[in-house]
Amino acid sequence: MLTDLELKLKSIEYRKTILRIIKQARAGHTGGSLSCIDILNVLYNHVMNITPENFDQLDRDHYIQSKGHSVEALYAVLADKGFYAKSELDTVSKFQSHFVGHPTRQVNGIEHNTGALGHGLSVSVGLALAAKKDGGLHRVFTLLGDGELAEGSSWEALMASSHYDLDNLVIIVDRNKLQITGLTEEVMGLEPLLDKFSAFGCAVRTCNGNDIADLIRVFNALPFEPGKPNLVIAQTVKGKGVSFIENTIQWHHRVPSEEEYSAAMLELDQAEASLCLT
Amino acid sequence: MLDLRRNGQEESGARLGRPNLEEFADTLLDLAARDRNILVMTSDSRGSAKLVRFGELLPDQLVEMGIAEQNMVGVAAGLTAAGKKVFVVSPACFLTARALEQIKNDVAYSDRPVKLIGISAGVSYGELGSTHHSLHDFAALRTIFNLDIVAPADNFETREAIRAALAHPRPIYIRFGKRPLAHIHAPETQFAIGKAITLQKGSDVTFVATGETVYLAILAARQLETEGYSCGVISMHTVKPLDESTLLAAARHTRALITVEEHSVYGGLGEACAAALMQARINLPFKIIGIPDEYTVTGDQLEIFAYYGISADGLATTARNLLSTY
Repeated sequence: MLTDLELKLKSIEYRKTILRIIKQARAGHTGGSLSCIDILNVLYNHVMNITPENFDQLDRDHYIQSKGHSVEALYAVLADKGFYAKSELDTVSKFQSHFVGHPTRQVNGIEHNTGALGHGLSVSVGLALAAKKDGGLHRVFTLLGDGELAEGSSWEALMASSHYDLDNLVIIVDRNKLQITGLTEEVMGLEPLLDKFSAFGCAVRTCNGNDIADLIRVFNALPFEPGKPNLVIAQTVKGKGVSFIENTIQWHHRVPSEEEYSAAMLELDQAEASLCLT
Repeated sequence: MLDLRRNGQEESGARLGRPNLEEFADTLLDLAARDRNILVMTSDSRGSAKLVRFGELLPDQLVEMGIAEQNMVGVAAGLTAAGKKVFVVSPACFLTARALEQIKNDVAYSDRPVKLIGISAGVSYGELGSTHHSLHDFAALRTIFNLDIVAPADNFETREAIRAALAHPRPIYIRFGKRPLAHIHAPETQFAIGKAITLQKGSDVTFVATGETVYLAILAARQLETEGYSCGVISMHTVKPLDESTLLAAARHTRALITVEEHSVYGGLGEACAAALMQARINLPFKIIGIPDEYTVTGDQLEIFAYYGISADGLATTARNLLSTY
């Protein structure tokens, strides 16, 4: 088990990898990948039982990334977990690469193709329902963007998850409050989100989705309530970790220039150094 | 209305079977009783799908999803990923339109071999209007990679298609209707997905039909034979992948070819055959019979069929015209 400090250092390392992938691919979803990376870090390194060794087994934990556009975060973590060589990330989005700009099963460690929004939760409900039917003790984790909650299929899936008492399902919403056009509340208002999820039968918890300790606290409390799907509203900052990317609309899928990349790396190096000093 | 069922029986001597829907439900129950990993999913459609008895006998193997086809198909992909053998059963009109993106991404693209069963397909719900018609499904689904399409013509083809789907390595869509159908196959007939069944060979005109129109093509052939024409009839139950070798072989030995389908004349079996024929440089008198691109007339399935020439008389007339024109 990694220490809090080790996890924090990993988050910085992952952020660097995300920016490197996007810069070399000249494409990617910068803001969303940076907002959710601490969640993926804690899930893969502290919470979930998913490894390259057990990936072909059905009774391990499962992870479905419904917000598929933040694939760079997933690519960075899976490389670190040893699902493939880190050098393969140099091919992301390149001609004939199997590292597409959204998750696909062509990449070892990814179990469902996503990219169109409002799909991942339904698939996760299926995995969790199968586990219930088979008496399996494993869990299904799925990461949703907040913008994608405007897709009606998300709410169909939520109804089904509570109808079938899927307390082995963990739904995490990356609540960074921004989508491609602007603030979620201006594009299509979601609030009161917690009340909506509660009304749909979920056991809801909130946390700071960019704080390792707070994420660990909330995931350690799983399952939240017997018979209810677990829902975590992870309050995050889009673009978290790089000052000039944080909370900006244009960095939804902006690619850093050489100067911006250097400046971002400098900030991340400084964050790393200050962590090591403490 | 035109009682083609009775007329058909008298003319062809074929025994009348039962609705493909009932054959499907009994076949599935038989398979599922022996394999608890088989699941059937319904969208408040177990009554329409004749699956009430299934639900009573195997309650743990029927998953009700409510009226939410998008979620149902996504959940089916997840269940399949977890090792279940899943039959998604919903009216073809809703399944293939409402849940099209889930079929495309979560089933076909993600390569989860879900068995998609479109019930009351085509104009089976004729009187209920175009909301309840599926005349687009072949066209929409044919363009999706990694998805096979089957429209069985009678009880035998339905039973065999469902059994074959269970072991099929790819996602598959099977659609049929709810009207009792005549048995058209000899007992020793072999069925395989992707392999058309040649019911008879003929040198004047060959009907290449799919689904519930095949029997009407047989009746048209009987009529034409009394006039001295030599007629072929092929049950092209698999619309994709198209059995091009059977199609091309038939086309090389017949003067004219007519395709028949319970689908829009756009994007279905007819255009698939036309493409295959042209690219093989086979040029012969050819006609696509289906539902034309217009506001569909009101009526039951056979009334709509007859109105658009999908009947023994209509198809025979099309054949005569085609043969006399060229």
